[in-house]
Amino acid sequence: MIIGLDVGGTHTDAVLIGDGSIMRQVKVPTEHANLFECVWSALEQVTRDVRPEKIRRAVLSTTLTTNAIAEQKMAPTGMIVSAGPGVNPELFRTGPHYFCVSGSIDHRGREVQGLDKTEIRRVAARLNSEGVRHVGVVSKFSVRNPKHETWIAEILGDSFDKIVLGHRLSGNLNFPRRIATAYLNAAIFGIHKQFFEAVRESLDRRGLRIPIFILKADGGTISFESSIDFPGQTILSGPAASVMGALPFAALDRDTLVLDIGGTTTDMAVLVRRSPLLEPLGGEIGGFKTLIRSLRTKSIGLGGDSVVRAVEGELQIGPDRLGKAMAYGGPAPTPTDALYVLGMGRGGDAEASRRGLTPIATQIGTSLEEAANRIFDLTCQKILAASAEMIETINSKPVYTVKEILSGYKVEPREILVLGGPAPHFARHLARITRLCVQAVPQWHVANAIGAALAKTTSEVALFADTEIGYAYAPEDDFIKQIGSDFTMRGAVELAFDLLRKKHIKAGAAESEMDIEIIEQAEFNMVRGFSKAGKNIRVKVQVKPGLIPSYHEVLGGIGDYCALPGSI
Amino acid sequence: MVSANTKMGLVFFPAFDWAISPTHPEREERLLFTQDQVFEEGLLDFDGIIEYKPELATIQDIQRVHFCVPDELSVITESHLVSAGGAITVGTRVVEKKVERGFALVRPPGHHAMRVVHGGRGFCNINIEAMMIEYLRKTFGIGRVAIVDTDCHHGDGTQDIYWHDPDTLFISVHQDGRTLYPGSGFLHEMGGPTAAGTTINLPLPPRTSEEGFLYVLENAILPMLDDFKPDLVVNSAGQDNHYTDPITNMSFSAHGYAELTRRLKADVAVLEGGYSIEGALPYVNVGIIMAMAGLDYSAVREPDYQPDKIRQGSQVTSAIEEMVAEALEVWRQGPEIRARNLKKNHYAERDRHIFYDTDHIMENQRELLHLCPDCAGTLVIDSSADTGHRIYAVHIPRKACGDCVKAGYDFYERAETRLYNSVIMQDRTTDKYLVRK
Ligand SMILES: [Zn+2]
Ligand SMILES: [Zn+2]
Repeated sequence: MIIGLDVGGTHTDAVLIGDGSIMRQVKVPTEHANLFECVWSALEQVTRDVRPEKIRRAVLSTTLTTNAIAEQKMAPTGMIVSAGPGVNPELFRTGPHYFCVSGSIDHRGREVQGLDKTEIRRVAARLNSEGVRHVGVVSKFSVRNPKHETWIAEILGDSFDKIVLGHRLSGNLNFPRRIATAYLNAAIFGIHKQFFEAVRESLDRRGLRIPIFILKADGGTISFESSIDFPGQTILSGPAASVMGALPFAALDRDTLVLDIGGTTTDMAVLVRRSPLLEPLGGEIGGFKTLIRSLRTKSIGLGGDSVVRAVEGELQIGPDRLGKAMAYGGPAPTPTDALYVLGMGRGGDAEASRRGLTPIATQIGTSLEEAANRIFDLTCQKILAASAEMIETINSKPVYTVKEILSGYKVEPREILVLGGPAPHFARHLARITRLCVQAVPQWHVANAIGAALAKTTSEVALFADTEIGYAYAPEDDFIKQIGSDFTMRGAVELAFDLLRKKHIKAGAAESEMDIEIIEQAEFNMVRGFSKAGKNIRVKVQVKPGLIPSYHEVLGGIGDYCALPGSI
Repeated sequence: MVSANTKMGLVFFPAFDWAISPTHPEREERLLFTQDQVFEEGLLDFDGIIEYKPELATIQDIQRVHFCVPDELSVITESHLVSAGGAITVGTRVVEKKVERGFALVRPPGHHAMRVVHGGRGFCNINIEAMMIEYLRKTFGIGRVAIVDTDCHHGDGTQDIYWHDPDTLFISVHQDGRTLYPGSGFLHEMGGPTAAGTTINLPLPPRTSEEGFLYVLENAILPMLDDFKPDLVVNSAGQDNHYTDPITNMSFSAHGYAELTRRLKADVAVLEGGYSIEGALPYVNVGIIMAMAGLDYSAVREPDYQPDKIRQGSQVTSAIEEMVAEALEVWRQGPEIRARNLKKNHYAERDRHIFYDTDHIMENQRELLHLCPDCAGTLVIDSSADTGHRIYAVHIPRKACGDCVKAGYDFYERAETRLYNSVIMQDRTTDKYLVRK
C-alpha cells in the first residue's frame, strides 16, 4: 500500500492506495498556520489500524516551502556572490545580507581573477555578527569551474548552519537564477528540515517506520533524507501533484492539456504523449526565477469562486475571489453559482445563487438561466484562450540548430483532462465547445493525492567536458575528472549515465525505476588557428518523469472507490 | 525581477549544425561561447528583453533583392533562410512596435552578398539586411532607410545593392581597403550617378581604437543621419574590429561596441562578421544587448582588456580626422553631382570583375542604368561567370515611373534567350520576379 498526501489551499487530502483501488481517503481542512497538525492528522487518519509493514511508502506534497517563500517567512540568509565583469550583480540582490566579492571565472571555466581571502573573512565576520546562520555562495560560471565557490565555503568553515553552493543546484548556465536558487535553498533549509523531522518522529512514535518521499516541482519524488540538503526542489509541488494525478489517464500517442480548475485559479499543464513538459530552465516563485527543475504550468486568476460582475452590460469574471460561492454562503456571485442556477450544483443553497445572479442577468439584459449559461460558457472560453496562449508560447520556444528549425515538433493537444472541484460539469461543456476529447479525471477530487502517491523518483545529470583544458565535470554531483584528448561523446554519455544511476539510488529509487534517457547532447570541435584544439561536449541525461512501474497494479480499478471497514 | 529600460527584441540563431567547412572561421563553434555568456548573464530573463524564434525567409524574399545564378536553391543552404528570416523577424517586431529595438544575433552573415549571386563571397551568400529592409518596405511601406555597417570589412555587397538607390543611405566604416579584404570602400565610392552621396565610405587606418570609432560616429555618421532623416536605421553589426580578431587589425573593444550601439540608436542591428569567438564575441554581444536594452554596460569587459595597450596612436587620430573631413565633403556634394549627371546623360554604364573568394568564382558584369529625373531608373545587368553561367537581369526599382517600367519590360522581352542561361525581370513596383529561358 502507498500513501499519497497533498496539502491544497483549502483541503488536505490523503489517500491509501493498494490492491487496485483507493482503500481509504481522508480530507481535513488545511491550516496554513499549523501545517504540521493538519498533515499529521491526515496521516494519522489514513493509516489508522493499518499494519505498518503493509505500507510501502508515503509521498507528501506540501505547501510548506512554497508558502514560506510566498509569505517571506524565511530565515535571514546571507549571499556571497562573485561575479567578475558583466552585468552588475547588485541587480540580483536578495536581501540585506548580500555581498559581492572579487574573483572571476570565464566561460570555459578558467580563472581570470583570484579570490581575496581577507575580503571573504570580513564578510563572514559580518554575517556572524548579524546573526545570519544560512549562507548561499555563488560565482559566475561555477558550473564550468566550482573552485571559487568551494574555496569560499572552505574559508567560511563550520561557523554557519548551512552553506549552499550554487554549482550543486543545477547544471544550467544562468547566474541570476543560480543566485536566487541558492538563496531560496539556504533560506528554507531550516523549516523544511524541522518539519519533516517532526513528521518522521511522530510516525516513528506510532511505530510507522515507512519510507517518506517528497513530491518535487518536476513531478518526481525524492526521499526525505536526500531532500534535506536541497529543499528548494520541494517548492511548487501542488501543481505537480495535479499533473501527476492526471497522468495515468492521458493518451500515450498524443498530447494532452491538463486543467486543474480550483476555487481561485485554474492551473494548466501540457503532456506530450503522457510525458509532462518541463520549464526550460526552472520554475518561478515569489518573484524569483530559479533553476529548480519544474513542470511547465500556467496559472490564471479564474476558478469556481471568481467574482462575476456585469461591467457596462458585459460579463466579467475574476481575476479576484472574495470568498466562497453564494451557494455556500459567500458574498458575491461566482461561476459555481451559475452551475447551481443551471441545476448542476449539489449540496449548496441554489436559491442563494439565483439571488446573486439575478441582478447580473438584469444588467446584461437576459433571463437568469441565459445569464448562468453565458457565465459558465465564458469561464470555459477564457480557460481555453489561456491554454491556447500557453501552447503558442511552448511552440515558439527558440531552437538553435537548422535541423530543429526544419523539423520542429509542435505541441497540439487532442484531449483535455479536467480535475478540481466541478470537473465533470466543466468537462462536459468543454467537450461541447471544442473538438477535443474531454474527460474529467476519475476520482478528480483526490487526484492530487493519487498523483503524489504514484509519482516515481526522478533525477537528472548534466555533464560538461572540455578536452582542451582536459576535464569532465558534473556540477550538481560534485564530480570532476581529468580526461585525455581522446575523450568522446560516447564516454561522456556513459559517464553521465553512471552518475545518474548512483544519484538515483541515493534519491531512494528502486532499480526498476531506472528508465533513463539522453535529453540533450551537443559536441563542438574547438578550432584554434586552423587545427583542432579539442572537443567541447555537453550532455544531459535523466530518469524519465512518470509513474512508478507498478502503478497499473496499484491503480487497477481506481475509478471505483471502495470504502473499507474499520480494520485491514 | 530585473527590467530593461528599453524594450528590445532578440533573435538568437547560432546555427550550431552549420559550417562553411570544419576549420573555417564561419563554423559551428562561432557563437557557442557567446551563447554561454549571454545565458550565464541571464539577459534573456530580463523583463523587456524578448527572444523570438526566427521565421524562415522565403525564396520570394530573396528574389526581391537578388538575382541568384542559376537559381536560389543552388547558392544557399537552409541556414541562410533562417538567418535572413531571423533578421526579418526582428525587423518586423520593431516596425510593429512590439519592441523598440531589435538585434538579430544570427549566422551566417550577408553583407558581402551583392545583387547578382553566383556563389559565396566573404562568407556571405545572400544579403540578410537587404532582404529584411526590402521585406519591411513591401510589407509596411517603410520609405527611407539608413544602413550603418560597422563590420571591419567593407560592406561591398550592401553597397552594390543600394548603389543606385537614393532612398537608402549606406554608410560603411571599415578597415582601409588597401590593408584588408575585399579591398574596396574608398571615399570616392559614393554611389551611382543618380544616387551620388547616398553611399558613404569611411575607411579607417589599422589600429583604430574606441576613440577613433566614436570620433567617426559623432562627426560623420550621426550628422549624416540627422540630415538624411531615415524612417529606419539598420546597423550591420560586425564584431571583427575587436583587438583580438584573428583576421583583421583593429583595436576596438566590447566597451567601445556597447558605447557605439548606445549612441547610434539603430532600430535594428544584425550580426555580420566577428571571428574572435572566445576573446571578443561573448563580451561584445553582451555589451550590445545591454546597450540596446538601455542597461548599464560599464562593467562589461574582456578578461584581457587593457585600454592603454590598445589606444590608437596620434598618426591614426590625424588620419581619421582628415578622412572624416573629406567624407563630409562627399556628403555635401552628393545632391549637386546627382543633378549634374541627370542633365548630362541618359544612360550610365559600369563594367566590373567580381571575385567570389569563398566559392572561387570569377564574374564579369556590365551594368546599364537608365538615368531618369523622376525615379531611380531601370537597371540592366549582363553577368557571366567562369562557372559557364550567363544571365541578363532587369531591375525595375520600387518607385519607378511609368516610362522606366515600360523600358524595363522592353529590355526584358527583347533580350535574346539563346545568349543567356536565363533572362530575369525583377519588377519591384509589383513585387514580381519573372524568368525567361
Ligand atoms: Zn567582417
Ligand atoms: Zn523613371
